[in-house]
Amino acid sequence: MNRRAPAPLPDAARRVLRGDRQALARLISQVENRDRSVLPAVRALYARSGHATVVGLTGPLGVGKSSILNLLLGHLRALRKRVGIVAVDPSSPFSGGSILGDRIRLERPAGDDGVFIRSMAARGHAGGVALATRETVRLLDAFGMEVILVETVGSGQSDVEIHEVASTSVVVVVPHLGDDVQSMKAGLFEIADVFCVNKADLPGADSAAKYLTEMTQLGVAKGRWRPQVIQTSTTPPRGISELWEAIAAHEAYLDSSGSRRGQDRQRLTGEILGLVRERVDASLAAALERDPDLQAVLDRVVARKIDPHTAADRLLAAVRRPK
Amino acid sequence: MLIAKPGLDGHDRGAKVVARALRDAGMEVIYAGLRQTPEEIVESALEEDVRLIGLSILSGAHMALFPRVLALLKQKRATRIRVFAGGIIPDEDAKRLKKMGIRAIFGPGASLDEIVATARKIAGPSRT
Repeated sequence: MNRRAPAPLPDAARRVLRGDRQALARLISQVENRDRSVLPAVRALYARSGHATVVGLTGPLGVGKSSILNLLLGHLRALRKRVGIVAVDPSSPFSGGSILGDRIRLERPAGDDGVFIRSMAARGHAGGVALATRETVRLLDAFGMEVILVETVGSGQSDVEIHEVASTSVVVVVPHLGDDVQSMKAGLFEIADVFCVNKADLPGADSAAKYLTEMTQLGVAKGRWRPQVIQTSTTPPRGISELWEAIAAHEAYLDSSGSRRGQDRQRLTGEILGLVRERVDASLAAALERDPDLQAVLDRVVARKIDPHTAADRLLAAVRRPK
Repeated sequence: MLIAKPGLDGHDRGAKVVARALRDAGMEVIYAGLRQTPEEIVESALEEDVRLIGLSILSGAHMALFPRVLALLKQKRATRIRVFAGGIIPDEDAKRLKKMGIRAIFGPGASLDEIVATARKIAGPSRT
């Protein structure tokens, strides 16, 4: 651990703090590519983050997440908020390639410095966001964006990782997604702080909203946040300011209830454990690769002489041995 | 890379087919869609930190729009981002555009394999 005076700000970090958009874009790419040379800049910018409202937009394929995102962007710009957007799309499991199409729906005046939009391929990461999403949100935060909107991959029932990134999670649904038992299932519907029933001009919107409202009234302790249900439609736009007010109400609740601090602490714990796991993984794999004793252990597992649990114990013991 | 259609024509089948082929070749393709101004295209390319911009055009306005994209990239000190194009572009114009800095131009009948191979070559090796 380095306990000397703090190092001067790395150049990339200084440029980001000065508002250099290309430097920010470059840094995000390097974070996506897991380029370790930018770690000093990323570390230096950490202290400047923690100010933005981070809103996650998730929900099944085709419910209108991108269109809602576009309307929210317009609404927030009208309120003069600086807005960062991270839009995640899936990567092909076959080629690794990806089509990132969320920009098509996003409208903004050319040259508007108050907006920064970044598309991101999930690169095989499950859960609806990319590995680099959290770090990218943090960079946008340090860059000075006040609200950061994260649109997930069109999600399945268990793509709930956005809940670990956003301070407010909005689950977007449409009428007739399924019966009311669907909404009682675990997963996606549990993470909602706000429900957005989009395409509310379609028949069935009222009953969908009613089901969700009834469900959210169940099992919420007194004084705790009860998810709000907002009906929206995008052509013509309706319900967007109500949607933002519901998000803002949840943000206010996080502060007034004191739960923001706990949320933050819990997430950072998870993130740190993840980083440790990654490194331990790498060093264990390397040890297993090059240590002939451990290779012999592996041979015995393959020969069914010892079991994988025993082998794991030995591997752990081996890397714990002081060098 | 970024695929965009500058100007006013509304036919994006070709751009989509090419985007799809590049995806299948393992690239991350940002599809910016129809009716983009050169300003919007360059702004998107900078935010996304792409290595390559592919412009698709059928309207005949390429001699106005492509040089503008190149000029904006220069103005933003982003000439590291390379540009190629496809669409209905007469040979004479193609020659002049290549002189200005458009790296490759594909007309009707170009094969997807050819486009993918060229895009890969122009993009160069990964920077990181």
